[in-house]
Amino acid sequence: MRDVYVIGAGTTRFGELWERSFRDIGIEAGIKAINDSGITGNDIDALYIGNMSAGAFINQEHVGALIADYVGLAGSLHIPATRVEAAGASGALAFKEAYLSISSGMYDIVVVGGAEKMTDIGDEMANYITSMAIDQEWETVFGATYASLQAMMARAHMERYGTTREQLGMVSVINHRHGALNPDAQFQREIKLETVLKSGYVAEPLRVFDMAPLSDGAAALVLASGDVARKYTDRPVKVKAIGQASDTISLHDRREICTMDSTVYAAKRAYDMAGMGPEDIDVAEVYDSSTIAEIMAIEDLGFFPKGEGGKAVEDEKIALGGEIPINTSGGLKARGHPVGATGVAQIVEIVKQLRGDADRRQVKDAKIGLAHAVGGSGATAVVSILEAEI
Amino acid sequence: MNMPRFWREKQGRYNLVGNRCTNCGTYYFPKRDICPKCHRKSIGKMEEVRFKGTGKVVSWTIVHDAHPDYKDMRPYIMAIIELEEGPRLTGQIVDCSLDEIHTGMRVRDTFRKLSEDGKDGVIFYGYKFRPVKE
Ligand SMILES: [Zn+2]
Repeated sequence: MRDVYVIGAGTTRFGELWERSFRDIGIEAGIKAINDSGITGNDIDALYIGNMSAGAFINQEHVGALIADYVGLAGSLHIPATRVEAAGASGALAFKEAYLSISSGMYDIVVVGGAEKMTDIGDEMANYITSMAIDQEWETVFGATYASLQAMMARAHMERYGTTREQLGMVSVINHRHGALNPDAQFQREIKLETVLKSGYVAEPLRVFDMAPLSDGAAALVLASGDVARKYTDRPVKVKAIGQASDTISLHDRREICTMDSTVYAAKRAYDMAGMGPEDIDVAEVYDSSTIAEIMAIEDLGFFPKGEGGKAVEDEKIALGGEIPINTSGGLKARGHPVGATGVAQIVEIVKQLRGDADRRQVKDAKIGLAHAVGGSGATAVVSILEAEI
Repeated sequence: MNMPRFWREKQGRYNLVGNRCTNCGTYYFPKRDICPKCHRKSIGKMEEVRFKGTGKVVSWTIVHDAHPDYKDMRPYIMAIIELEEGPRLTGQIVDCSLDEIHTGMRVRDTFRKLSEDGKDGVIFYGYKFRPVKE
């Protein structure tokens, strides 16, 4: 296995980008990452694209080739392009495939993209498509929605551990506070706890401000093998480890519903591979598709003991300046959640933090960062660990 | 969901039919061809079972934002239910007021309309659950 480094990173702004197409945003992110790395198109060996559901959102499949074409890598250079899908973990798994293609020795320089265009259709339809990541045969057909499963996790967590409605709300408050410092975020304004607690119900006890929004956006990274990376940058970020795990597609079939076992296993595999533990992590981007998802994530990743995530949020241990800053980008809630782009955007944020490029939201002396992505209600989890190499 | 896809699992959804591994005794819903605990040893030993239909609520929510074919039922209660025999499933709780629902509530299955007629003009039926009056 060869060492793999991130040598370039870029994202579009996230949000409701009505004036821009799927192609537009894919190209913008790709070009930004390529320019950031200093490579040229001729240097690229392959392209991996994370995308959940372009077929349903914009009636376009085969988006690996489509992006390769419009970034100018297909028609003349004929670069191989592969689309990767695992719902909300699509981008993270595209990153893993790219990592493997370099560490195996097959390629030297690979571009990873993630993109989703969710606002070309109505909100109701977009939410329905997002729910295609849960079990259509044994959940959705009975009336379950993605949010309703998150809600049942939240209730179980509240009843078992005493997690409060206010603690859930604080996740959203802190993510918005961070988002206000990120010029690429969908929502760049702070909110009050009251705003969360007074927003309309989606699925009780979860409200509109507990849920990540529907978003358009794309993110991209350039990865390179160790010897090549040094030619292009004097501050490469090393990919220390990637862990992945699966669980049952239906939430009701899991061992239990207020621990995400896929996250626990993916994290253990990543920590083992890196030779590290949760105490070594300086900054993390975790999958807050809902506020309860973030509380479960910070417990299941080992940052806080099981059942104490809510208290840690209340004490602002996860805010900038706290014990372990979580979702400095604003997270899915405030940065935005174009599903297939999210896993890549999380790593872009970690790369910025480890290079010291995070401006007003910079975590002081951040050396080791972690990114955590989830597919569906937890049937897939991917945990990546990156380290600054100065 | 389209009609053929729904129809294939009709037996399970209409009659709460699953199966049991006679090697280890574990019940499954929906049916499985192989017991995940016994693997090869379960081949040919999976026996069809109609569940009693009673169980208890493991967790629940009241849905306000629903998918297109379910909008007319809002607000409705969704729950994860643990059947007496062991398997868990997801279903709606009906004939139950919104302040009555609670974790641990005992429920029994009932045959109901699942959704309004969707794109194909077909109405789907299957199990829901209602409180067992104690
Ligand atoms: Zn068995």
